[in-house]
Amino acid sequence: MPKVFHHLSSHKILKMSSQPDLIQLKKISTQIRRDIVRMVHACQSGHPGGSLGCADFFVALYFRVLHHNPKFNMDGIGEDLFFLSNGHISPVWYATLARSGYFDVKELATFRQINSRLQGHPATHEHLPGVRIASGSLGQGLSVAIGVAQTKKLNQDNRLVYVLMGDGEQQEGQVWEAAMYGAHNKVDNLIATIDYNGQQIDGPVDKVLSLMNLKAKWEAFGWIVNEFNGNIMEDVIAGLEKAQSLTGKGKPVINLMKTEMGFGVDYMMGSHKWHGVAPNDEELKKALAQLEETIGDY
Amino acid sequence: MTKYTFTEKKDTRSGFGAGLHELGKQNEKVVALCADLTGSLKMDAFKKDFPDRFFQTGIAEANMMGLAAGMTIGGKIPFTGTFANFSTGRVYDQIRQSIAYSGKNVKICASHAGVTLGEDGATHQILEDIGMMKMLPGMTVIVPCDYNQTKAATIALANHIGPAYLRFGRPSWPIFTAADRPFTIGKADKMIEGKDVTIFACGHLVWNAIEAEEKLAAQGISAEVINVHTIKPLDIETVLVSVQKTKCAVTCEEHQINGGLGDSIAQVLSRFYPAPVEMVGVNDTFGESGTPTQLMKKYGLGPENIIEAAMKVMKRKKA
Repeated sequence: MPKVFHHLSSHKILKMSSQPDLIQLKKISTQIRRDIVRMVHACQSGHPGGSLGCADFFVALYFRVLHHNPKFNMDGIGEDLFFLSNGHISPVWYATLARSGYFDVKELATFRQINSRLQGHPATHEHLPGVRIASGSLGQGLSVAIGVAQTKKLNQDNRLVYVLMGDGEQQEGQVWEAAMYGAHNKVDNLIATIDYNGQQIDGPVDKVLSLMNLKAKWEAFGWIVNEFNGNIMEDVIAGLEKAQSLTGKGKPVINLMKTEMGFGVDYMMGSHKWHGVAPNDEELKKALAQLEETIGDY
Repeated sequence: MTKYTFTEKKDTRSGFGAGLHELGKQNEKVVALCADLTGSLKMDAFKKDFPDRFFQTGIAEANMMGLAAGMTIGGKIPFTGTFANFSTGRVYDQIRQSIAYSGKNVKICASHAGVTLGEDGATHQILEDIGMMKMLPGMTVIVPCDYNQTKAATIALANHIGPAYLRFGRPSWPIFTAADRPFTIGKADKMIEGKDVTIFACGHLVWNAIEAEEKLAAQGISAEVINVHTIKPLDIETVLVSVQKTKCAVTCEEHQINGGLGDSIAQVLSRFYPAPVEMVGVNDTFGESGTPTQLMKKYGLGPENIIEAAMKVMKRKKA
């Protein structure tokens, strides 16, 4: 049986009643980066690079942008729903969910371990609050999110659907099937985002299989393209608010979010080498020295 | 003795179309998705009467499976429609991750299964789909035998929670079950009572088994015919009770012997009641172009093949 923690340690999560300011958001980001590095170090596996790069995006989403209820309910009617297509960056999602009250932050210590709800890649199978579909095999999340968005329309639910994909993931054909479908069907209650860090397992995306002009591709497929820097909190919030203002106009919206893989830990930054490698004890110490404990380690 | 006859032939896919249309009227939550085969899947009536709940995905089956999985979030019951080949092999990973592993209430409805698809040939005649789908944890697999049963199975699926695969076909086929014959998912249907050999069949081959039974009866052999429309979860009790009586079994399916109904029956018997089994099915080969009748004969799926298997398996019974 998966381990379930019933009592939330409330001092280590952020209360949703007050909207955090920029300084608080940045503090949460730093804490979540610490969580990511510690989680991956503890089990000596997982994907720190993309997780660190997307920490600011996740914090902006869950602590500022989304109308969501940490008392999790699968159907999520009346809520904004987020889907993670590039499931390998589960550490950042799990840390964000725990820090926003979906489950106890102590459970982060079980990541990738036997009998845990925190599977290597996100899954619904162990009923982890916050996760609505399994992901990891790439290219599937955009289709799922569009399906959810169409159901929201049928249910006359005006909330939005968000989905994050990787840039390497754009090499999967299914992404472009979904791209065609989303535009053809005017799925304008959806905000997709691409983590545009330019790296994938075997090296820079441009060397492995170039995406060429990604912006032009999405525009040609009939989407509204919005761009921002994913590692500056102010830009992330402004970028997401801009994306929200672009919904409801008959076209789906996609953010090209420039990030740096490994952001926040100097020796991991900008390199594909930390896509799926865990730091050793020495490296952990070095990383934590760069990331201040702001709201308390799990 | 129970006799089955027919006055009308119809394709099983039309049973699906009629069942889906009925569901459209009964259940607001039912939505339908189709990958550019609306006419072939007989989904036109649903599309016409419930346009807001019909989603044309174009020739993009992977996306269709993802959309369907997503539509369950918020409470819809999606029925996807395309050929069996494109419903399974082409999208296996999408079904595995987004539907089966995620436990989504999606009904994967697959037409043109098996060699009776006919002239289009082996590219479209999938004979491996039952195996692929039954291997997925939590997946229900249903292969109804005629128009009426396909309609009943389609309607039953809306009230069944969890992922399911419904397999049916293209050719016009005898309607030999009554429209009001009870259909319960997971409960095999004993069509004919017998004592010398049990014939387990699914899909189009149930009719072939009934024809074989009649000829066997004329030779003084009493065959029990069981329609195993639900391959997973298998009705183990009905299988065992019958074989404990007849002491041998023949399995019949329009599918590879590897991974199909016969495989499931043999697994149950070898574990709980070892008895000789002969399998009528396609034996590790692809199909080819031809008429359904020609192909049934060439690939050894006709009543004569069932009779031959029955004679053979009875000889193998322990004294």
